[in-house]
Amino acid sequence: MATPACIFDAIRTPRSRGKPDGALHEVKPVQLAAGLLRELQARHDLDTARVDDVILGCVDPVGDQGACIAKAAAQAAHWDESVPGVQLDRFCASGLEAVNMAAAKIGSGQQDLVVAGGVESMSRVPMLSAGGAMFTDPDFVIDQLSVPQGIGADLIATLDGYSREEVDAFAVESHRRAARARDSGWFDRSVVPVRDENGIVILERDDFIKPDTDMQKLAALRPSFAQMGAYGYDDMALAKYPQVERIRHVHTPGNSSGIVDGASAVLIGSERVGRELGLTPRARILAATVIATDPVIMLTGPGPAAKKCLARAGLTVDDIDIWEINEAFASVALRYMRDLGLEHAVTNVNGGAIAMGHPLGATGGMLISIALDELERRGGRRAMISLCVGGGMGISTLIERV
Amino acid sequence: MGEFRFHQDADGIVTVTMDMDGPVNTMSEAFWPLYSGTIARLEATEGLTGVIWTSAKDTFFAGGDLNMLRSVGPDDVERMFGAVERVKALMRRHERLGVPTVAAINGAALGGGLELCLACNRRIAADNPKTKIGLPEVTLGLLPGGGGVVRLTWLLGLEAAMPYLLEGRQVSPDKAQETGIVHEVVPADRLLSRAKEWILSVRGDAAAATQPWDMKGYRIPGGPSTSPRNMTRIAGAAAMLYRKTRGLLPAPVHILDTMTEAAGKVDFDTATRYESRRFVSLLPRTETRNMISTLFFDMNKVRGGASRPKDVPPAQVRRLGILGAGMMGHGIAFSAAMAGIEVVLKDISPDAARRGRDRVADLLDRRVEKGRMTPDARNAVLAHITPTDRAEDLRGCDLIIEAVPERIEVKDAVLREHEELLAEGGFWGSNTSTLPITRLAQKARRPENFIGLHFFSPVDRMPLLEIVLGEKTGDETLARAFDFARQIGKTPIVVNDGTGFYTSRTIGTKMIEAVQLVAEGHDPVRVENLTRALGMPTGMLALLDEVQIKLVNEIHDTQVKMGLLDPAKEPNPEARALLAEMVETHGRTGKAAGKGFYDYGPEGRTIWPGLAAWRDANATIPDEDIKDRILFRAVLESLRCLEESVLRSVAEGNVGSILGIGAPVWTGGYIQFVNTFGLQRSLNRCDELASKYGNRFAPPEILKRHAAENRPFT
Repeated sequence: MATPACIFDAIRTPRSRGKPDGALHEVKPVQLAAGLLRELQARHDLDTARVDDVILGCVDPVGDQGACIAKAAAQAAHWDESVPGVQLDRFCASGLEAVNMAAAKIGSGQQDLVVAGGVESMSRVPMLSAGGAMFTDPDFVIDQLSVPQGIGADLIATLDGYSREEVDAFAVESHRRAARARDSGWFDRSVVPVRDENGIVILERDDFIKPDTDMQKLAALRPSFAQMGAYGYDDMALAKYPQVERIRHVHTPGNSSGIVDGASAVLIGSERVGRELGLTPRARILAATVIATDPVIMLTGPGPAAKKCLARAGLTVDDIDIWEINEAFASVALRYMRDLGLEHAVTNVNGGAIAMGHPLGATGGMLISIALDELERRGGRRAMISLCVGGGMGISTLIERV
Repeated sequence: MGEFRFHQDADGIVTVTMDMDGPVNTMSEAFWPLYSGTIARLEATEGLTGVIWTSAKDTFFAGGDLNMLRSVGPDDVERMFGAVERVKALMRRHERLGVPTVAAINGAALGGGLELCLACNRRIAADNPKTKIGLPEVTLGLLPGGGGVVRLTWLLGLEAAMPYLLEGRQVSPDKAQETGIVHEVVPADRLLSRAKEWILSVRGDAAAATQPWDMKGYRIPGGPSTSPRNMTRIAGAAAMLYRKTRGLLPAPVHILDTMTEAAGKVDFDTATRYESRRFVSLLPRTETRNMISTLFFDMNKVRGGASRPKDVPPAQVRRLGILGAGMMGHGIAFSAAMAGIEVVLKDISPDAARRGRDRVADLLDRRVEKGRMTPDARNAVLAHITPTDRAEDLRGCDLIIEAVPERIEVKDAVLREHEELLAEGGFWGSNTSTLPITRLAQKARRPENFIGLHFFSPVDRMPLLEIVLGEKTGDETLARAFDFARQIGKTPIVVNDGTGFYTSRTIGTKMIEAVQLVAEGHDPVRVENLTRALGMPTGMLALLDEVQIKLVNEIHDTQVKMGLLDPAKEPNPEARALLAEMVETHGRTGKAAGKGFYDYGPEGRTIWPGLAAWRDANATIPDEDIKDRILFRAVLESLRCLEESVLRSVAEGNVGSILGIGAPVWTGGYIQFVNTFGLQRSLNRCDELASKYGNRFAPPEILKRHAAENRPFT
């Protein structure tokens, strides 16, 4: 990139169950996001007038999340009135797309300092609230063989031969790693407790993780998408994959990403603005890509996206210390590792969305902070962050510590 | 502590009779052990078939412990949040006992009292029309934090709940039934038997023991806050709130926000927790502390008769004479006739007197139109007023109030002509707003029976009466004047004599300061808007137009002529000159002529372009200074009134300034303002303003003394 984009900080809220009994249900999404903006301002004694844009991913931008929540959050944080904001939606990639867009704006010299991240209160604005052709227009659905993501995840498992035991084992490990990282304080630098207007803590740390998860408990769960598949979605998927006899429905709530509430914010800018404002770069964004693959299976984009990202950076798999693949479903992560020839030991080393949850638009920004904290902790250099995305898209961002 | 008496009858129904120490039941510290003990006992009671909650007092339950609430500082907020949540958890247990529960509302159920009722399945009220039911928290800068916002919103729906929550409307049992707050109104002696009857009638009906919010499929009347219609309504309500509060009062905003969250954004339990957070956040705020201090504690002191001589027995005015049927006279006639007093309304001609009565009729007709009064009641009130031009008709009045033009010779003349018509032991009141009572009383045969009764315009709407003591005014006269004020529903403050007493003198300073700003070349539009941004109901220039610039000049001239004011010591000579020029050169006499600081046309008022002559393009001043100049003039004048003993108590200064002369509610009145703004900070700000704008802002000794001793004004 013409001007390297530096990451000065990456923070996130803790995550909690995205239902009325979740701890963050009572917090308006605009306040979830504004709280992080205020934290960035306080941590860095930031002159907010210097921020050129606030880009927030949000997948269901209606109701409490409607009307350009990024601009609303900047105002709710009482940032300088000169700060604009934009909300974007690239499904589950939204948060990372915000980061990549910020890097592009800085790389092009168009802007100097940008906050990128996302927010999703899935308890207040449930998935699919925004409707849309891709999942609710029958004409489109039949023409495009548009099936729910879970069918795609089960299809990947079927094609690749991942057994129920394998996907469950992956999930158990995700919980174990996430609990260890949380309890060892490895997330502490980035996780900002959510407080009410009185300063009383509402949620201090991730509370979705279930450290006592084991194979026996997971085995007891029923597949999430078998019934849906039987309605006809399986037939639609198989129309594209005639070599498959039938889809094995291995994914359950236990080995799929959790529905949670949360937000993320990453402060990104040029080296020059960093010097001017006394901000120390923690990492640089080396390369970023977004691609699309077969929209029917939908979730196979991350591997190809990461490969393209490596190629653009002129690097190989061996040049990367750790890998983050969003655990939308266990099979997505397993496919990613297979595509790139990765060991689980270097992939999602502190667990992922199966354990901690996936607040759709916010997750990409959260993965930046998790990867960066871990690079620093282990003295590593580079991390690749990838997510599968609706419509068969895949996204990757490559960061390097400085 | 008192007790919650617990009695189970043969049908298994438990009656809980709340009887806390003191005259009323309140949510004081003693409430917690009584309530939690009772809930636990109910849960453990075998064969429980229903619960009736009632009170051993005249009232049902009085609400929160304001003394405790106003002592909550920022460091206590988290502890308070915990305490509120614990009480609310009990209320959840209360409403989930699994048996039908009834609030048998024997008397007033306000605030926390009504919240307790809302945790019952059924609310039955005794039919006493004097009983008040409502959630007045907002009027004291609070919100109903015991589940009141959430439960009432769920019960009535967003729109119907708004007046109760955002304005603190209190209603009689009948009206409460009409709205759906109570289910039944029965004769007082049937209250408990009816409660039992209801419980027996719903035996075995699980729905009767289930709150709407715990019922599957319950829909909030009028739909959720997320419906397009309600979204528009909420946005409109927010704009209307701003118009009313100028963004200066946090409580109604917190209430509207909590209502919005409760009505369909989050589940019931989350909403009540959110309500607790929004409630406790109000407690340490200065606005809240000011409002509780003045509108509750000071107000109770003032209305309770702290300034009324104790040893004079209470008395009532039966027959009132009013001299002058103009703006003030007819207004006084209205207020007195509404209270059932016989009124003789005298003016110089029968026509003039009749016109006064016609204006009372107009006021009454408006009430009839709005459905607030029956035509019969209207006629009865009007029949109390006898218009006349004959002095003799006033004979036997036990009070005569003169409301004639503010000229000393006119005042002296009516006194001379009418004083002897007073009934034996009757007293005389002057409605002067500017002339010293001691001077007017000089011509009285019985100066001990002479007193100032300064009403405010429009009398039918303004709640304040400034009672002014002349040097020789007797205790009995003061006591009777006080009783008269309460008889006609006014709140009386009692002040000592002096030019402009307390209210006219103080309001005069902020008006002249606004004129001074214009005379210095500043933009009058900005001055007016910043005055309203302070929370004053109207701009000072608009107010001058209302009271008539010409009249203000005349009063000033009279006071100079009488030696009450020394023109050499005039602190705002430029402003005085501007006012004189407005009237004498430009004929801008005020609103009545359609020409004052504003032009008045069919589209409303616009600033008179002629004021541009005073504009100085080089004049600059920060917004804060404009605001503080106007606010501090009134604050300092109030402190001087206290120093000079024109004000006899801080409470009367606070209450009088809010009710009579437009002190912003958030200040808690012009003296209380200093307490929460900070004594030393006030002193510093005075010094700053004095050095920039003149000696009129120099801090009075009383402020220096209190600041040095760090002693708030109480």
